[in-house]
Amino acid sequence: MNAEKIAPRKPAKGKVELDERLKAYKGVWVFVEHERGEVHPVSWELLGEGRKLADKLGVTLSGVVLGVPGPATRRFCEEAFRHGADSCYLMEDPVLGNYRNQPFTKGLTDLVNTYQPEILLLGATTQGRDLAGSVATTLKTGLTADCTELNIDMENRTLAASRPTFGGSLLCTILTLNYRPQMATVRPRVMAMPDRDMARSGAIVEHPLGLVETDIVTKVLQYIPDNQQDRPQLAFADIIVAGGRGLKNTDNFQLIWDLALVLGAEVGASRPVIQAGWVEADRQVGQSGKTVRPKLYIAAGISGAVQHRVGMEGSDVIIAINNDPNAPIFDFATYGIVGNAMTILPALTRAFQQQLAVAKMAG
Amino acid sequence: MHIVVCIKQVPDSAQIRVHPVTNTIMRQGVPAIVNPYDLYSLEAALRLKDEHGGRVTVISMGPPQAELALRKCISFGADDAILVTDRAFAGADTLATSYALASAITQIDRTHAVDMVFTGKQTIDGDTAQVGPGIAKRMNLQLLTYVAKIDALDLVKRSIQVQRRAEGGVEVLTTDLPCLITMLEGTNDMRFATMENMFRAARYQVQLWDKTAAGIEDLTKIGLKGSPTVVSKVFAPQARTNRAEIIEAEGDEPRDLTLTLVAKLFTTHPKLGETIVRRAA
Repeated sequence: MNAEKIAPRKPAKGKVELDERLKAYKGVWVFVEHERGEVHPVSWELLGEGRKLADKLGVTLSGVVLGVPGPATRRFCEEAFRHGADSCYLMEDPVLGNYRNQPFTKGLTDLVNTYQPEILLLGATTQGRDLAGSVATTLKTGLTADCTELNIDMENRTLAASRPTFGGSLLCTILTLNYRPQMATVRPRVMAMPDRDMARSGAIVEHPLGLVETDIVTKVLQYIPDNQQDRPQLAFADIIVAGGRGLKNTDNFQLIWDLALVLGAEVGASRPVIQAGWVEADRQVGQSGKTVRPKLYIAAGISGAVQHRVGMEGSDVIIAINNDPNAPIFDFATYGIVGNAMTILPALTRAFQQQLAVAKMAG
Repeated sequence: MHIVVCIKQVPDSAQIRVHPVTNTIMRQGVPAIVNPYDLYSLEAALRLKDEHGGRVTVISMGPPQAELALRKCISFGADDAILVTDRAFAGADTLATSYALASAITQIDRTHAVDMVFTGKQTIDGDTAQVGPGIAKRMNLQLLTYVAKIDALDLVKRSIQVQRRAEGGVEVLTTDLPCLITMLEGTNDMRFATMENMFRAARYQVQLWDKTAAGIEDLTKIGLKGSPTVVSKVFAPQARTNRAEIIEAEGDEPRDLTLTLVAKLFTTHPKLGETIVRRAA
């Protein structure tokens, strides 16, 4: 979690015996995050991943739902079953209407202390990160942020959480050995969306919050929804054309927009492009930007450092254009063109136009 | 009014290079900077001071050379700077870091009551976003993360109203002081250092606090010992099973290369071809 902790000075190898009181912690939990009546898709992605962890450990997978009393909140439990949960912990209270740190921290902490899961996963969103940091501090346990891979270290029955480190140039695996639960956050779209199984159901365990509105200091006065049309929608785009530092300047970056227009694609960029201010920060793909899983990702002038790679390697087909045949992007792209992006991009735009014209005549 | 701003000295990640052969980090010559996210919080704190008066204290936990980053903050207009530095803190993860910083801020609070604490949204080297919420929890401060705008501060009623970024919109929140705020990036521009503050920064003696001065009561909660997480390994990512198929064409002209690629794309991935045709329509 802390990037300086590069040298493992604690013995992280070999079997570590759990404290007796921690052996009671069993099961994998996923916090089901919702805002304005909608569950954030990252929660279902985490249930998909949590299913694999629970199966490896031979334990149950549970969703955790906190919300106002009523059928809408209960429906989130039903949806959690369909996405892989065996059971759901449900906490209903009128004060849980809008996310607020104080009641949600108390609620989730109480549930963990009562029912004792060994693993607790949350989305790395503005809500999940706010809550995870507070809950982990209250429970005095380990929390690994923005994981790109979750696995079980079978020797210790421990969660092995991997994430980029050193500004995204390497990956590290982090363990929480003698503390429970083991907590981790994962960013949206990093894990695949599991199939929905309408036949699945499960048991709901209800638990009271035990707070009243006057106990809560922070009040929500208003909620101003974003105008979705105004913001780039990279996370769920089918096609993304992305440019990097290799494009040299903001004028050349126009070639990315030209190709994106022909393909009806979203425009993405690597971190140096954002830092240089060629496009808005919303378009950054990578560990410190968005994670995307399009059907087609075209990367031009992007070297493919880990920082960028972890944000887009879930794409179905990756086309890389780079003038350096040794660029790391060719290690994981599907197709590569070694050449100058400034001449390849306009040619590629014309090649797609030509193909599309043929398809139109045929179609 | 007294605001404490937590900052961290970080390597300028834009300039970190990985050795192409050994795959290790080349730290030499990488300049250290104030974590860029912290500057949005420092500027927000300085603006509150401009408007309401009071003092801004910057604090950092780190090695002795982090003094430079604190001095930089003095040049921007912070009044005091404290560096919490002790070998006993080495190897701290975010839980141990929030314990040490909360303890030090509590010490500050004893001599000069603290109304607000600011931290960066996250650091660019750790990227965890956990230390701010951790400090708030330990000090029982109201937590306001991802703040896009501070609407109003009422020092008489001891309340604050902010706009907080949520996933699908912006929440307008009101809460009581003391509170901890993390500012969203891009919400302000750091001011230029004035000549006067630059001179002051050059002469300024940063206060160095060891674990005793920082009021650490429980030595098992700091450093490596106080850290629940351990790094078990550091590794370079695996190449996929297949490297990219490099497209070749007669003459290697851009036109031939790209036509070959597009034809291959449409024949090998017919469903993707359909998606492209549908999207382009």
